[in-house]
Amino acid sequence: MSLTALTVHELSALLHKGEVTSREITAAYLERIGTVEDKVKAYVTVTAEQALTQAEESDIKRARGEKLSPLSGIPAALKDNMCTHGIKTTCSSKMLENFIPPYDATVAAKLKQAGTVLLGKCNMDEFAMGSSTENSAFFPTRNPHDLTAVPGGSSGGAAAAVAAQEAAFTLGSDTGGSIRLPAAFCGVVGLKPTYGCVSRYGLVAYASSLDQIGPMTRDMTDCALVLNAIAGYDALDSTSAPQAAPDYTGFLTADVKGMKIGLPQEYFAAGMDPRVAALVRQAAAKFEELGARCEEVSLPHTQYALPAYYIIAPAEASSNLARYDGVQYGLRVGADDMVSMYCQTRSIGFGNEVKRRIMLGTYALSSGYYDAYYLKALKVRTLVKQDFDKVFEKYDLLLTPTSPTVAFNYGEKVDDPLTMYLSDVCTIPINLAGLPALSIPFGTVENRPVGVQLIGPTFAEGALIRAGYTLEQNTVLTRIAPVEGGLL
Amino acid sequence: MSVQYEMVIGLEIHVELKTATKIFCSCPNEFGGEANTKVCPVCLGLPGVLPVFNKRVLEYAVKAGLALNCEIASFSKFDRKNYYYPDLPKNYQVSQYDLPICKGGAVEIDADGVAKTIGITRIHMEEDAGKLLHGGATITSSDYSLVDLNRTGVPLIEIVSEPDMRSAKEARAYIEKVKAILEYIDVSDVKMEQGSLRCDANISLRPVGRKELGVKTEIKNMNSFRSLQRAIEFEEKRQAEVLSAGGRIMQETRSWDENKGITVSLRTKEEAHDYRYLPEPDLVPLVVDPAWVNELKVNLPELPDARRKRLVNQLGLPEYDAGVITASRALADYFDEALQLYNEPKTIANWLMGELLRLLNANNLEINQNKVKPEQLAALLRLQDAGTISGKIAKTVFEEMFATGRDPAEIVREKGLVQISDEGALKEAVAKVIAANPRSVEDYKAGKEKASGFLVGQVMKETRGQANPALVNKLLLEQLQ
Repeated sequence: MSLTALTVHELSALLHKGEVTSREITAAYLERIGTVEDKVKAYVTVTAEQALTQAEESDIKRARGEKLSPLSGIPAALKDNMCTHGIKTTCSSKMLENFIPPYDATVAAKLKQAGTVLLGKCNMDEFAMGSSTENSAFFPTRNPHDLTAVPGGSSGGAAAAVAAQEAAFTLGSDTGGSIRLPAAFCGVVGLKPTYGCVSRYGLVAYASSLDQIGPMTRDMTDCALVLNAIAGYDALDSTSAPQAAPDYTGFLTADVKGMKIGLPQEYFAAGMDPRVAALVRQAAAKFEELGARCEEVSLPHTQYALPAYYIIAPAEASSNLARYDGVQYGLRVGADDMVSMYCQTRSIGFGNEVKRRIMLGTYALSSGYYDAYYLKALKVRTLVKQDFDKVFEKYDLLLTPTSPTVAFNYGEKVDDPLTMYLSDVCTIPINLAGLPALSIPFGTVENRPVGVQLIGPTFAEGALIRAGYTLEQNTVLTRIAPVEGGLL
Repeated sequence: MSVQYEMVIGLEIHVELKTATKIFCSCPNEFGGEANTKVCPVCLGLPGVLPVFNKRVLEYAVKAGLALNCEIASFSKFDRKNYYYPDLPKNYQVSQYDLPICKGGAVEIDADGVAKTIGITRIHMEEDAGKLLHGGATITSSDYSLVDLNRTGVPLIEIVSEPDMRSAKEARAYIEKVKAILEYIDVSDVKMEQGSLRCDANISLRPVGRKELGVKTEIKNMNSFRSLQRAIEFEEKRQAEVLSAGGRIMQETRSWDENKGITVSLRTKEEAHDYRYLPEPDLVPLVVDPAWVNELKVNLPELPDARRKRLVNQLGLPEYDAGVITASRALADYFDEALQLYNEPKTIANWLMGELLRLLNANNLEINQNKVKPEQLAALLRLQDAGTISGKIAKTVFEEMFATGRDPAEIVREKGLVQISDEGALKEAVAKVIAANPRSVEDYKAGKEKASGFLVGQVMKETRGQANPALVNKLLLEQLQ
């Protein structure tokens, strides 16, 4: 088996035993990127030279006998909306095509501190708006399991890089499902932590009250290791939870005995592929077999979550993206006067989906419409959250599909935004409620991976990791082999 | 018969707080400096940055609220005010909309001897914007403008008054009182010329006796108390003329042109911004502990009104003197310090109001730039009491002290300004003056009392002001008889 097929913890063990160097691993990854990248297109920027330097630094420290993080020397990549000092951070937008941040996002700094090797920055839907990575201003990313399918979005590049063995792990960001959907479509593990668990400092904002960074990995052990490196309070993010993060590897125990798992009936609604639904029920049966109790539950306001999201997220986005005006950094399209410069810069710099959401959000916040749209959406958000609060009084976790379908075909929904929005119907309520949720692979339909979603109460990442790990240790369905060799 | 109008004025005062660092980042909060040097990714509004609220700003805002008799909100939050302008790097200003930190205050003013209470609607916290430096003389004639973001993120409070003022003088008295109070609690430099105190005025007219308000205009760009007063006076006249001619006032924003002494339209109601406020998702709501507020309240320093009353009631100063001295905390502190060393309140008040303020104004200086220490003033007054120098010489010495900061005794010694009380020396000077002015002597003898004053003056002149005037008077009378 090649080095790039191994998990983070397997590589870490080899490094620890001195059987391989970080430079060798990194070189293997760069070679792999060289082989498959023109088909997958997971990366916007590959930082080969810096990666090799970082790998050598890790090897030197290891040779000196320094105590190292399990992530030291491990090649990883970041979604291209996390700022990296001196390295382009584009958000897959023409607007920031040449933007080089003068600072590191907290997650980038933490990974650097852990000795991780940065391979590059991953493609995404422009400003994280989309479900297929077709909204990248540069090029779409393809699903490594089937190049005619989309990888999901908006962290499609980050998911595809892990699935295609182009990175040992990546970080994605999730505003309405942007980690979990591509994780499901690409057959990898994706965790959206509780809002406030991982610092957002340096994450280019889409919708600030919903955005959260999380790991995308090959298995649950890697998920816990990466979360260990990035979670925790950050004084630079006022919304970060002022509490110490636990050691998440402590939850890697294969035991769900006595755990109560709810299956919200609203998540198995019309429009769902029955084969996906069947796999989710099979996962439930597996949990029961392992000693958990699974029951149908109800989250009655689920159907209102999607419309509420498409008011709240665009409203925040319309404000967050106002700064891209051509004045200080990024694209500037010259014009005779200031207002024309603003208009032309933003007309040319933003793609259609971004413009659509800016207009939606601007409208929703406008004088006379605020109460009817934004304020009402906030009330719906509270109701959605109360649904979860209520059900978590009785249940430890919830189990749902991550998406109603498997990955759809490239180009299939790109001209139909409303159908595209429905891809996130199972993931959006979780962001509105600020809860943690995990997508873990569970079988395939027509060779396209299926993901099941586990949802927990606030700061129950540990319980999610334990349940995911238990499933992983007890069924091969969770192991969607990373794509080897040539791609289909 | 022409209609008599009543003017209604409300003021919005923006005050820069003098915290050590900016409101949402750790950049220094300092006036001036080379463009774009007091900045970081956060105040530049770069992609990905997040604000972290400076708790000192909350403390200063709460102090201001307490000093202005406001209610302090136990729950408050920040909102984004969205509008596009190149000096606003995020194209939204973090401010407070529906839940400001302070509500419902009041200040007492005195305009031309008439006391009045002006209500305060609210005080909220917000970040300042940067500055545009235009390539040409004016914004419209410039080919380009440069952006300086040093001021971006400087903490501000906005104090919104009720429409309680009825004249330009009341408006001026109100802003001067607010300035004094903020200076007393030491939360701002409150310098209108440097922009740490800025003011917009909302002005409308209505026929005397009518209850409902007329259509208002908002006046911006007044850079001093004087220009505020002038702008309001102009606007009152302009609106009265429009209304008297049967016209209607347009709701609009107008800019004060200091050179031309007029207001000009900036934008109409139709062109007004829709700020699309939304709760700032990057900051958590503020929960204010009442015990902490109470602690700030009991530790507030003595405020201008209380201090003025103390000067009148305990020290016996006239109301006018007490008002002048307490209008500035620095001057009032100076007064108190000098009083500790020289226990004659009225004498000190006279010196401060007569000599010190005159010299400060003439030299365009602030009280804290004054070189004369309170103990030096006290020493000067003692030299006068001891007869070492005359009152006239004392003023000359004070001017020298003001210019150099040197001790009065040193100046008196070096310049030989000691009062001449030696009878022998003065007799000679008196005799000389009598001999040189036979006509005045005759006038005196003919009963013209005034002539003696002239002769005394001549002796003083002869002795370069150093003669003891009482002694000169005595000797002159002796020799003339």
